[in-house]
Amino acid sequence: MSNAHAANKSVLWDWLTTVDHKKIGILYLISGGFFFLVGGLEALLIRIQLMGPEMTFLTGDLYNQVLTMHGTTMIFLAAMPIIFAFMNAVVPLQIGARDVAFPFLNSLGFWLFFFGGVLLNLSWFLGGAPDAGWTAYAPLSTQSSGHGVDFYVLGLQISGAGTLMGGINFLVTIINMRAPGMTFMRMPLFTWTAFVTSGLILFAFPALTIGFFLLMFDRIFEANFFDANMGGNAIIWEHIFWIFGHPEVYILILPAFGIISEVVATFAKKRLFGYSAMVFATVLIGFLGFMVWAHHMFTVGLGPVANSIFAVATMAIAIPTGVKIFNWIFTMWGGRNRFTTANLFSVGFIPTFVMGGVTGVMLAAAPADYQYHDSYFVVAHFHYVIVGGLILGLFSGLYYWYPRMFGVMLNETLGKWNFWTFFIGFHLTFFPQHFLGLMGMPRRYFTYPEEFQLGSLNFISTIGAIGMTVGTIIFVINIIVTHAKGEKVSGDPWDGRTLEWAMPNPTPHYNFLQTPLVRGLDALWIEKMAGNKGMTPAEPIGDIHMPNNSILPFVMSLGFFIAGLGFIYINTAGLPALIAVIGGIGIGLVCMFLRSWIDDHGYHIHKEDLLKENKGVDA
Amino acid sequence: MLGLMGCGNPQLSALQPQGKGASALFDLMILSLAIMVVVLVVVFILFGYVLVKFRERKGDDTIPEQVEGNHMLEVLWTAIPIVLLLVLAVPTVMTTFDLAVSEKSAEESKDASGDKEGPMTINVTAHQYWWEFEYPDQGVITSQELYLPVDERVNVNLSSADVIHSFWIPTISGKMDTNPGDKLENKMWLHPEKVGTFQGACAELCGDSHALMYFKVKVLEKEEFDAWIESMKNTKYDDAPSQVAEGQKIFENNCLSCHAVGDKGGNVGPALTGFADNEKVAGILEHNKDNIKDWINNPQDIKPGNNMPDFNFNEQQLDALADYLLELKTAE
Repeated sequence: MSNAHAANKSVLWDWLTTVDHKKIGILYLISGGFFFLVGGLEALLIRIQLMGPEMTFLTGDLYNQVLTMHGTTMIFLAAMPIIFAFMNAVVPLQIGARDVAFPFLNSLGFWLFFFGGVLLNLSWFLGGAPDAGWTAYAPLSTQSSGHGVDFYVLGLQISGAGTLMGGINFLVTIINMRAPGMTFMRMPLFTWTAFVTSGLILFAFPALTIGFFLLMFDRIFEANFFDANMGGNAIIWEHIFWIFGHPEVYILILPAFGIISEVVATFAKKRLFGYSAMVFATVLIGFLGFMVWAHHMFTVGLGPVANSIFAVATMAIAIPTGVKIFNWIFTMWGGRNRFTTANLFSVGFIPTFVMGGVTGVMLAAAPADYQYHDSYFVVAHFHYVIVGGLILGLFSGLYYWYPRMFGVMLNETLGKWNFWTFFIGFHLTFFPQHFLGLMGMPRRYFTYPEEFQLGSLNFISTIGAIGMTVGTIIFVINIIVTHAKGEKVSGDPWDGRTLEWAMPNPTPHYNFLQTPLVRGLDALWIEKMAGNKGMTPAEPIGDIHMPNNSILPFVMSLGFFIAGLGFIYINTAGLPALIAVIGGIGIGLVCMFLRSWIDDHGYHIHKEDLLKENKGVDA
Repeated sequence: MLGLMGCGNPQLSALQPQGKGASALFDLMILSLAIMVVVLVVVFILFGYVLVKFRERKGDDTIPEQVEGNHMLEVLWTAIPIVLLLVLAVPTVMTTFDLAVSEKSAEESKDASGDKEGPMTINVTAHQYWWEFEYPDQGVITSQELYLPVDERVNVNLSSADVIHSFWIPTISGKMDTNPGDKLENKMWLHPEKVGTFQGACAELCGDSHALMYFKVKVLEKEEFDAWIESMKNTKYDDAPSQVAEGQKIFENNCLSCHAVGDKGGNVGPALTGFADNEKVAGILEHNKDNIKDWINNPQDIKPGNNMPDFNFNEQQLDALADYLLELKTAE
């Protein structure tokens, strides 16, 4: 069909309509990266305000808006999409597939996330951002004046739908599209963690969707789910939020575990130590992740029985996590460890995450949490696991897979500067916060009196934040420098072990010319050790079936974006808002109709073209 | 680890416990920290050894042995953490039940103190952005400053008039949320062991002035506490000295419908009985006449988002009001 000639159309059109997992991965990375910078800027504003006692740089409601948007942006608009970027860029390649199971859905998931994120951030320019914390506890969130929290609810609802689609897509992809011989117990660990994370998304996000609907009805249609005066109950929101929110923590950290497992093994030139234990630990963490949500609610007054049960369940998670830490260390044991930037971030991750883990166990001791809860101790803890864990993992993955995603290798010297400034800045920022919490500084406070003696540690913390900022700036410079030079690298620059390194650079549109035959864990390494040049093909060269590009996902998401704006203003703007709601949902429905009505069978890349492209390959 | 003790401001720091609850929590924190330090040391030593010993050396291009794993080791680093966690889990569960207010624990405390009616009860109600303390059996209501007798257990009922707040006195006990709605009232106990003034705070994001919702805790000897209760009970609105009659008049016309003094007044805003003895104005400013005037004049600048309206008093009225408020002492 004609779509093979899409290249004739403009570059912009190509990116708007793409259903190629590699390009969608890049779209996720760029937009997630942009929101990461926005969230980082918000963090910096917070640290400036807290630099000394009784500062007046950013106070009251504006401070609350910034802290809410910092948390919300970092979790939903930075961390999640960057994880999806890697899942898109890597998982189909690691399992030897030509794309994800549902390429159209993949594109739709991205655009929904993107428009949801834009909608949420529009609040800055339309009268004020949400100010009830990223947790949006009712009734503070239901009573919050202005439209800030409406933007939060509608923006995240749209973006969350995209995430749910992505999760389902990767579950189906990993179950159905593995190459011949790629059994579950031969899957690379990153694919395993992507699989478990997708499962968690499938079960956790619907809870959030329901919660957002209840909150939306309370705010926009005057329902009373959370209003105690009308017989509602504010604690229900906390339960719903954390039934989503705790698995969300594992949705975030498991892919980072996967990245570390890949990187540490590759640069140690060793097989991952205790692979099956690692897989089992991943699954167990995912399962236990659903059993511990109430540890965010120890001070809510659930009673000693509930608190004890959730305390012990939470402690149990330390066991599979410990298994992972020791297996990483023993992967490095006896290896020939090369400390590239990617590996530096992975190796930096290990002690940092252990520190976040031990404070996690301390927090699990329910009564001790009566002191830690909502203090800077908790702030320190979750930044140790999310920044020290997840973000270091993401940096590691980025340096590691950058040649695969973009065909160029990030500068190693700048990379090392990036690592050391960010790593030292991170510890400087968050280590003192443990003590601030114990010394009685509650979280989400925009100021503190001089007499409380919290000034010097806060000052150190702010200096650290500047270090992290420098690290991030070096990273951005690194990207610019790397692309300006544009030195192409080979398809396998790290002497990789897994299938994503078995293709030439740049990765062909169809990934694998011939679906590879997988003969064990670390499929590519096995072939290398057997003296083969590449993977053994599992099929002769034949026509390759590819999906067509489509603009429908973009238009459909735009429709829901417009409808979301309409809902936000439905009580204040009247008719125009109503038109936006009906029009926006109408656009979405028309797109759905078109998608169902038009038969789209995709197109084939013919064998002859493939052979011309790949001269010298045996048919 | 011992360096942790004595960190921070002694009125505020959870590391300097001055009450039974905070002491129990401190012990648990130290126990968990001790176990975790053992874990950290083991991991860091192994990790450091690997980093030094197994780095790539120049010219070495041997391929390391592709070890699959080791069952013995996997069992070892599963079993040892289980034991460590059990050591922590048992005191965790015990402390959880010790700190809860149950009927059984209420009785025990009654026997120990030999009191006729068991532990005293205080109702704490959180508002945006101030605290109301009611002593229901004594018929006393105060705000922003919580008075407690030393070495005595007090049961506290926690609720909220608006959004969720959290009641936290780090030196005396852990925190607990104050939830809106009668069904969600929480109970906890306080048992201060040292006379002095301590700092309390709100620990759950509750709006614009969340960071300004401090309160003071005054722990007194039993006799002094009883005397304070007596004098609070005996304070009457009409006790005000005649030289501040002008201020009282302004107060009566503008403030009394929300603020109670002695036996008169509403309960929308903080009760002001004994206001002259407070340590702070509005919980955050130093207690002096200028700050009182400033607060009445610009409540929204000082605590953004609070519910006190702006009255546009002139300078003379402000002076009179402040003079009156500074005479709000409890009865002899």
